Amino acid sequence: MRNDIIISGVGGQGIVSISAIIGFAALDAGLFLKQSEVHGMSQRGGDVQSHLRISDKEIYSDLIPKGKADMIISVEPMESLRYLPWLSAEGWLVTNTNPFINIPDYPHIDKIMAEIKSVKNNIAIDADTIAKEIGSVKAANVVILGAASPFLNLPYEKFQGAIKFIFGKKGDAVVNLNLAALEAGRKFSEKNK
Amino acid sequence: MRKSLLLGDEAIAQGGIDAGLSGIYAYPGTPSTEIMEFVQHSKQAKELNIQCTWSANEKTAVEAALGMSFTGKRAMACMKHVGLNVAADPFINSAFTGVNGGCIVVSADDPSMHSSQNEQDSRFYGKFSLIPFLEPANQQEAYDMAFYGFDLSEKYKLPVLMRITTRMAHSRAGVQQRDIKKQNNLKLPEDLVQFVLLPAIARKKYKKLLGVQPLLEKESEESPFNFYKDGSDKKLGIITCGIAYNYLMENIQNTNLNYPVLKIGQYPLPKKMIEKIYNECEEILVIEEGMPFVEEMLKGYLAKGKTIKGRLDGTLPRDGELTPNLVAVALGLTDTKGKDVPQVVVPRPPSFCDGCSHSDTYIALNEALRGYDKYAVFSDIGCYTLGALPPYNAINSCVDMGASITMAKGAADGGLHPSVATIGDSTFSHSGITGLLDACNSRSQVTIFILDNLTTAMTGGQDTPGFGKIEEICKGVGVELEHIRVIKPLKNQHETNVKIIKEEIEYKGVSVIIPRRECIQTLNKKNKEKFKNK
Repeated sequence: MRNDIIISGVGGQGIVSISAIIGFAALDAGLFLKQSEVHGMSQRGGDVQSHLRISDKEIYSDLIPKGKADMIISVEPMESLRYLPWLSAEGWLVTNTNPFINIPDYPHIDKIMAEIKSVKNNIAIDADTIAKEIGSVKAANVVILGAASPFLNLPYEKFQGAIKFIFGKKGDAVVNLNLAALEAGRKFSEKNK
Repeated sequence: MRKSLLLGDEAIAQGGIDAGLSGIYAYPGTPSTEIMEFVQHSKQAKELNIQCTWSANEKTAVEAALGMSFTGKRAMACMKHVGLNVAADPFINSAFTGVNGGCIVVSADDPSMHSSQNEQDSRFYGKFSLIPFLEPANQQEAYDMAFYGFDLSEKYKLPVLMRITTRMAHSRAGVQQRDIKKQNNLKLPEDLVQFVLLPAIARKKYKKLLGVQPLLEKESEESPFNFYKDGSDKKLGIITCGIAYNYLMENIQNTNLNYPVLKIGQYPLPKKMIEKIYNECEEILVIEEGMPFVEEMLKGYLAKGKTIKGRLDGTLPRDGELTPNLVAVALGLTDTKGKDVPQVVVPRPPSFCDGCSHSDTYIALNEALRGYDKYAVFSDIGCYTLGALPPYNAINSCVDMGASITMAKGAADGGLHPSVATIGDSTFSHSGITGLLDACNSRSQVTIFILDNLTTAMTGGQDTPGFGKIEEICKGVGVELEHIRVIKPLKNQHETNVKIIKEEIEYKGVSVIIPRRECIQTLNKKNKEKFKNK
């Protein structure tokens, strides 16, 4: 079993929370894991990505080879496309549809959506709206993770367990909000895949 | 035993703590920052009373580590690769003095320059200083090397260099921890002049250092971090260093390629192992992250021996970080790739955060300089270097820590006016103070902005050594009180700020302008904490 995942977004959007939850779930399932992150200058509003690899065998490279990723999870639509060279032909692209515009020449969203839709296996989810309906836009990243969860080789309970552990310190309300966000994202994918 | 998920940086820190570390000294710099931060946030380190405050710069860090080692205790100094240039003086000389307690200097290289001004390879410093050096291939080795490195350092009474690269520093994996070692007791060096490098003593020290080299080579040959994996196909022998081993294994694990492989994690190079692979194989491929360090040594200046493939003959690119794909191509395997990046995707370079004080400062400075025919703004290393990008296009240099003030002084001495410097509060305490003293002594006509956002912002908001002391420091080195002007970089202060900047540009001497407003990132973090505690 092996899952190679690229997680992408813009510096400051908190992609680390997604990799932390998957990472915890993977370790809890007794798997090997390597996760490479971006620190430093790009975190100031630049494009950032994380390579997350989970496997039942020893993992060597910290970086995923191009053309070998099973999935791109992106919290920003244009950023999801930047890593297409890494995605395998049968891989899934799971992305938020809400653009983060901090550059003057940000392309028209329709053009971006058309490219996303042209990827064979794609899930484009308005995670911000779904998260707001549940209670807080802050849970948008977990909605996206929920949308990615059906395509990862990890039992759903492991994701729930990771959320309970990671958000546990912040109290029951935050845990429940994120569990609901995970569920809502998952339902969306099951309906739209 | 405990297993934790750690970044390479964190693995080094945890390894140090578990191996009896008494003090860690560092200046923040990507990709090394998280080593010190991990110790600062570690409950275990707090209970053990491990010294862990940031140093003013990398030179003071290495010197303090050497002082800690003088007392017989174990010390670490951590920095990014260019920080080792700053610390080169004590670092090189510490190979002559030797150490007492175990001493490890960690230097984190940044190939491909993700967050740096160059991509120098710290292994050259290791060879230059003639000390043993280590290069982990994974997070477990990074952890284990802290134990091993301290023991090796104490065995030979030499400092040990640990060289890592960005992917090692900032990648997480599971790390198995070991039993904790107690810290060393205070025990002074037996030789009272061990650390006195007077020429007559230094000459003896150098001979001693040269004499120990064969022993260090032998250590490398027996090191658990160097191993030889035999293969049946002797057409090619592969030598890998550090994390390059991972890219090789990634590519060959499910193929029928069966070349002999020499994996190196400890230097000086294990000569016998190198000889073996060289003699047994028809050609050699060297895969190393960074510069062609091993490749050049093997090839020699005239390259008259066997074919050595690597970064010098184009088998691998001459510069930049390795990737699994580049290594695949070097091995003659098929390259893989998904779809191309669609044309609609545009670059998203880093930029000032919304509400950043630097942006208001640069807008005011640009306006104050309008109307001057010739001028230059010399800048420095930090978030404010992003002022080079549009729409500001506000700065003309970024060379090394502290170079803004000294370059402005030199340019002013050369007749340029206005000659302006912009330097952050942390960079100022790192390397700006001595340059300011130079400028004051020659009464150069420079306008120096010390951009005080009350933190070391670029690396994530560490405490800055000169906090609360900047005006006093300026006064102390000779800036006149009426030419130390504190301004508030805010949009509604724009007119006042432009006026003050213009006045100081016209002053025929050294003037310092301090735009002071807290970094928006640290402010947000503090507000969040406040909210949480309510």
